[in-house]
Formats: sequence, C-alpha cells, structure tokens
Amino acid sequence: MVDTANAETHPGGEDPSRRDFIHIAAVTGAVGGVAALAWPLVDQMNPSGDTLALASVEYDYGKVPLGQQVSIIWRGKPVFIRHRTPKEIAEARGDDHAAMPDPQADAARVKNPEWLILIGVCTHLGCVPGFGGGAYGGWLCPCHGSVYDTSGRIRQGPAPKNLAVPDYAFTGPTKVKIG
Amino acid sequence: MGRNSLIAALAAGLALLGLTSAASARTTQAEFRPVPGGFSFETPIFGRFDQGSLQRGYKVYDEVCSACHSMNLVYYRNLCQQNGPFFDPKHPNPNDAPICKAIASSKKVPDIDPDTGDVVQRAATPADAFRNPYPNKAAAAAGNGGAAPPDLSVMARAREEGPVYIYNLLTGYVPAPAGLTVPPGKYYNPWMPGDVGSYWAGAKDKVPEGGFLAMPFQLTPNRVSFDDGTPGTTQQMAKDVATFLAWTAEPKQTERKEAGLAVMIYLILLSGVLYVSYRRIWKNVAH
Amino acid sequence: MSAHPSTYEPKTGIERWLDARLPIVRFAADYLDLPTPKNLNYWYTFGAILSVMLVVQIVTGVILAMHYVPNGDMAFNSVEHIMRDVNYGWLIRYIHANGASMFFLAVYIHIARGMYYGSYKAPREVLWLLGCIIYLLMMATAFMGYVLPWGQMSFAGAVVITNLFSAFDQVIPGLGTAITTWLWGGFAVGGATLNRFFSLHYLLPFMIAGVTVLHLWALHVPNSTNPTGVEVKSKEDTIPFHPYYTVKDGFAIMAFFVVFAWFVFFAPEALGHVDNQVPANPLVTPAHIVPEWYFLPFYAILRSVPQKLFGVLAMFGAIAMLFALPWLDTSKVRSMRYRPTARWFFILFIFATIGLGWCGGKEPDDMVITLGHTANNDPTGFSVTWLSRILGIYYYAYFGILFFLGIYEKPLPVPASISTPVLGGSAMPAGSVAQAEKKG
Repeated sequence: MVDTANAETHPGGEDPSRRDFIHIAAVTGAVGGVAALAWPLVDQMNPSGDTLALASVEYDYGKVPLGQQVSIIWRGKPVFIRHRTPKEIAEARGDDHAAMPDPQADAARVKNPEWLILIGVCTHLGCVPGFGGGAYGGWLCPCHGSVYDTSGRIRQGPAPKNLAVPDYAFTGPTKVKIG
Repeated sequence: MGRNSLIAALAAGLALLGLTSAASARTTQAEFRPVPGGFSFETPIFGRFDQGSLQRGYKVYDEVCSACHSMNLVYYRNLCQQNGPFFDPKHPNPNDAPICKAIASSKKVPDIDPDTGDVVQRAATPADAFRNPYPNKAAAAAGNGGAAPPDLSVMARAREEGPVYIYNLLTGYVPAPAGLTVPPGKYYNPWMPGDVGSYWAGAKDKVPEGGFLAMPFQLTPNRVSFDDGTPGTTQQMAKDVATFLAWTAEPKQTERKEAGLAVMIYLILLSGVLYVSYRRIWKNVAH
Repeated sequence: MSAHPSTYEPKTGIERWLDARLPIVRFAADYLDLPTPKNLNYWYTFGAILSVMLVVQIVTGVILAMHYVPNGDMAFNSVEHIMRDVNYGWLIRYIHANGASMFFLAVYIHIARGMYYGSYKAPREVLWLLGCIIYLLMMATAFMGYVLPWGQMSFAGAVVITNLFSAFDQVIPGLGTAITTWLWGGFAVGGATLNRFFSLHYLLPFMIAGVTVLHLWALHVPNSTNPTGVEVKSKEDTIPFHPYYTVKDGFAIMAFFVVFAWFVFFAPEALGHVDNQVPANPLVTPAHIVPEWYFLPFYAILRSVPQKLFGVLAMFGAIAMLFALPWLDTSKVRSMRYRPTARWFFILFIFATIGLGWCGGKEPDDMVITLGHTANNDPTGFSVTWLSRILGIYYYAYFGILFFLGIYEKPLPVPASISTPVLGGSAMPAGSVAQAEKKG
C-alpha cells in the first residue's frame, strides 16, 4: 500500500500538484461562472419592462386656472404643473441676478413663462415641498425647511439644487408630454 | 452478485414498466396530425421563431381571434421587443418603436377621464395590454352563449403540445359523424379534448374522439390576406397563428435557448476540467 | 464539534485575535481538514449537491419573492410578470421551479444511498432522523411552493392535500372540518390560504437550513459511512476532505448542473403540468390531477386504499417507516455490499417505489394488463389500483423483511478495514478495488 502513504505525507491537504494549471483553470472557471450568474441576480432588481414602458405621461393642462397648480405622477414622482400669475413671473425674473446657491435664469427653466413644470422632489432628501410657504412666494419643504422661489430655485435651507425641470414638450394647444 | 447483474435487473425492471403502460382517459382527443413543414421553433436547442410567421400570426390574431379572445398578458410594446414579431434593430427600445406606436394608436382602449370620472375610449399606447374585446368576463360569457372565450396569452403553454394542438384544432373542424347530436350553439371538433358519449346514438364502443366547443370554424381560406404575399390558406393561417401564440406564451424563449447553449458549453467544459483536476489530485490515492 | 482534534494554527495577528474571540476560521479549516474515509464513491457526492441546491433554491426564492404578489387575483399574473418583464425573471423562475425537482431527485438518491450502505445504523441514528425531518420539511415547502403560481393544478393540489386532514372527521366528527377550515382560513381554499402558504413557503427553507446544520453536526461526530460499512480504523483509511472531496464533489456538482441546466434552458416545462398554466378557477377541477412527480409514490399509496382515513394513514405511514428504519434493521452488517439477500430486497424496494410513482401518474382505473372490455368499451383487467396495492404492500413489507433478514441472513465476509477491502480473506491489489468503486 505505497499509494495510501501519499495522503499521509501531506496531512494538511497540500498536494504538491495543487498548483497545476488544471487546478487553477478549474477554480477560475468556477469563480467565473458564479460571477456571470451574479449579473442576472443583480439586474432583476432594475426596473422591469412594464415599469420602463410607463416612462412618459401626457397631460391636458387646459383646466388649470391662473395661480393654481396640479401635481401629477410621472415615474412615481410628483410633477408640479403651475399656471403662474404675471406677479409670480415678474418676481422670478426680478431675482434672476440675486445671490442663490444654484444660480439659473428663470427663462432657462420654462418653455412658456406662464407654465412652470417641475419635479416636485426636494433636492435635499426627497420630500415633497408645499406651495405657499417661505419668504420667496414659492415652495417650502416640510422636512428640513428648504425654501424655493416662484421659479422653483433654492433660496434658503439645506437643499443644494433647484427643483429639477423634467424633459417635456407641448404636444397640443393645451397638452404637455412629460418624459 | 456482480454489479452487472444489478444493472441488468434495473434495466429489466424499467423495461417491464415501459411495456405495461396503457393509458385510457375518459376525455378523448384525436391523434395530432403533423404540422406541414413543422414549427421553426420546435427543436429544444436551436429552434427559433420565424419573424415572418410571427408577423402573419399577429395579423391572424388581430383580424380574426381578437374579436372574441383577450390577451391580457401581452402588451403592444411586446410586439417590438427583442425577438418579437416587429422587432427592428434600429429601434431597440420597444416603447419608442414606430411600428408598435402605430399599431397601438390604431386601437381604442377604455380609460377613466381624470376630470369627470367617465369611462372614455382613448388611443392605446405601447404600454397598454392588447385591447380586451369585452369590458368584463360576464360580458364575454353573455356574448358567447355563456362560455367566455379563454384568454390566449399563455394558451400555447396551457395545452399538451400547445402549438400543435392549436394548429390541429383550428384546421380540424369536420362535419359531425352520423349518430352524433351536436348541441345548439356548439361545434364538433375531433381535436377538442372532450367526451361526447352522452350525445352519441351509435355503439358504445365507437364513441367519436373529440368534443364540442362554442367556436365555429374561423380560418376560411383567404380570410386574412398576408402583406408578404403568402397565400392565406387555412393551414397557413393556423400555422402562423399557432406560432404567434407560442411566442406570446413565452416571449423570452429565444433568450432562454441562446443563454442555454452558452451555459451548457460552459458547464460541460468546466466539468471536464474538474474531472481532470479530480483525477490529478486523486492519482496517488488507492481507494 | 467533531472528535477530530483541531489542527488549525492561526498564522497572523488578526487570525489569532479572531480565533480567541470567535473561532470561525478554525471551524472552517477543521471542516476542510476533516479526515474522511478515502473510499467514498459518487453516490456520496449527493450530500454536497443537496447543500448547493438548498442555496440555489433560497437565493432564487428570495429574489422571486421580490416580484411575486401573494394575492388570489394577482398571483398568476405576477408570476407571468416575472417571466415576461422582470430582467432575467424567466431564468430565475425556471431555476427555482426546476430546482425543486432537482432537489428531490438528489434527495431520493441520497436517501437510497443511505439505505443501501446502512448509513442509518448506530451510531448514526440521529443523523438519519435529522435527514428524515429535512425530507418532511422539503415536502411541505415544495407543496406550498407549487401552490403559489395559483394555476389550476396549484389550486387542485392545495384542495386535495389540505382535504387529507378532513379524514379526521372519521375519528372525531367535526375534527377534520375544524382542521381544514383553520388551514384554509375560510370555507374553502382561497386568497387567505395562498397568503399563508406564501409566508410558510418563505419560512420553511430557513428551517431546512437550520436542521441541515444539525445534520452536518451529527455527521461530523461519527463521521461518514463508506461503501464497506466498516468504521475508520486508522489514519490509513482516511484522507483530508480538502482537496480530495472538494474536487470530487465539485465535479459531481458540475455534472449534476448539466442535467439541471438542460431542464432549465431546454425543457423548462417538462416536469410541470400544462393545466397549471390556466389561472386557478374554483368552479372547475382539471380532468386529470396529479401531484408533482416527487410525490407520486405516496399519492399512489393514498389512492390504493379504498377507505379515506386508512388511505391517509397509509400515506403518512410510508414516510413514518423511514423514521423507524434504524430500529427495524437488525443486521449487524452495515453495508448491503456484504448482504447478498438484503441487496435483492433493496433493489425490489427501489423498483416498488418507482413503480408506485408510475402508478401515481396514471388514472386509478387505467389497466396495466388489459384483458377485455366492458360494453362501454372501458378496459378491464389488472388495474393500476391493484398494482399500487401490491407495490404498496411490498413497500411496507421491506421494512419487516429487514427486521427478520438481519436475524436469518448469512452475510459475506466483511473486510477488516477500509484499506484492506477483502472478499474471502485474501488481500486484493488496490487497483482492482478502485475500479469497482468507480462504477459505484
């Protein structure tokens, strides 16, 4: 029984041939297979086909009166469609050169000054700001007191950025397509 | 006793079991006739959907079946996804593909007017499911003599040899044999699984195979005229719509088979490498 | 945990620090270093295959639960949503669905291996019992998992299996009804049943994992059996688990995965049933209901007994016999390799079980041997029910046969040790023994 002694001489399981190419190939192949399988397991948590299919919404804003706004859901987030009064527009334009954390001209934030379309998610930590609070006539975030003006620009508080403007296009006399 | 006699005994036993299998179910169905030319997707590894057949099949569904049958699990966008009937590599995003937008917008689907709450009909979008011909199941049943036409989304997976069955059923309408009383509003088809024994006046051991269904023969020749010039024979329409239903039942079938081929090659290669590694490690062990 | 003294030496400061607080590396190292009988054949790789399958099922199952909706109106469509819209959802679901079948295939081979090589005998009775508990938990998990897609077979399966408990009405009137009503959360199988089955289907695999840890613990106290059935006598009889059995198990797992992958990618519905692609409908039961293939032998026993309560008892008894096996087999010889008579009865037992499975998939009135026909053209002769009865009786008889065989059987000479596997007393060259093993 010469052969059996062989196992005996390597009690730690360190067979001298362990570092052969074939063993490295086997381990590499197995690790590669597990890595390849990991992708489907990760990717399944990304948005599914039906979620992606609902990536744009169309809205008829004809019934929104002056000085009012509606909130609609787009990609699970609130979108504010605000029918601005001339006073709000003038305030927004007047402050174009004021000091603010994220300077941007009002004209760059609207396609039609009367209609301000914003993603209603505070750029601080994602709460939904309410209209009519704060010192700038715009939105106030209830969570940590970020104040936005009538153009949705950040003026006070912890939020770093202006309320985002989604991609949108006016597709008819009173229709807008968001996304 | 040697190992070989063990194996022989196992084999003999299995053979005995095989010989004695004799099935007899009460529901009967005629033996399937082969589909002319076979289905392009039927082989397990290399079978693929024929896109032309899928497109023709969609047309048959759209112009014939969809008058009564819903497809709640299939969306207009699906038609333009990878390996779908209208997939176009120039528009890989099925939600933006012009063909699917056009197909969808030609259909009216019910929706709720957000301002009034009224039910309105609007043009469908690629994100909508195929238009349901009936507002609800009760309406579907009422419109068809009490039997709601089944949803066809997964029909090809819900019957044994689904696509072959669909082909046989759609092409299989024959006049009822003498002695068989067909109930009003029903039609006889030898490929419809059923038991017509209680409607049969002839000998008890000669009950015809098949059953009754509420759907009459549909695919009269040239009922659908194909855009690619393929003659609209009953067989052609049945084969194409069966192909289309096989695709709707499993739209990821091609992905599955392609991935399977790669996985198989990988597993067999790695098994081989591991076997050599195993023999190498064990070569000095007497066991 | 094991009788084997630890050989782990922490090399770095961090390893020493951790080893003094939680010797988890020592635990793993000792596991890998475990002296294992050197003559384990491929039948012994199914333990490792089962561990991998449990992990596969838990990982894919947790993922499916992220997308599945346990609601009577939405369950069927949520499964189809997984198949159609979730990224790689079809892959994950087909792995999980076919994985259940592969899991059972492996566990049946594992159980049969244990029965052939006498793995249930002292001192491994607790190891065997824990395995039986795992098997029971697997059956419960698989049954509830099959209900979740909420197709026609799911629904019919849930109805039939839960109605088994209504047999208790024949013991105490009202008891069975009370149990089934409680199981259902209603007057019939419905949405409440589905939701609780989902919860339990998620829970039980973790219980399986827990019992599996105990199973491994109970394995590492007396260590593995081996095909000779002779306990390890010296260091010559063993080799370290790593690399010898890691590579052998690794190869076996890959070979098993080839079969598994064939089903997942090329025949994903072959082991299922077409009626389960029809959404559950309490108004209609499919014409021919059968459980999944791995339950068919027990289903055949159930159907072969004409009286309801005794049928249910016969079915559960068939599983209970496995629990009693360590005390029913009286033979002093562990491995059937040296029990020529017992071996034949074992092979018959395997055939009886496979035959019962075949019967379970047939209609009870189907004929095995058709002798004639009735006026209605129904065949007469030797029916599936009668075959089930004969095979079922043998299934039970096997355990009694083992009891008496142990007393009367004259076994072959058993080798003195694993390293000297002698038949008839003369030493054989190592090569010839190794060859015999390979086929094993």
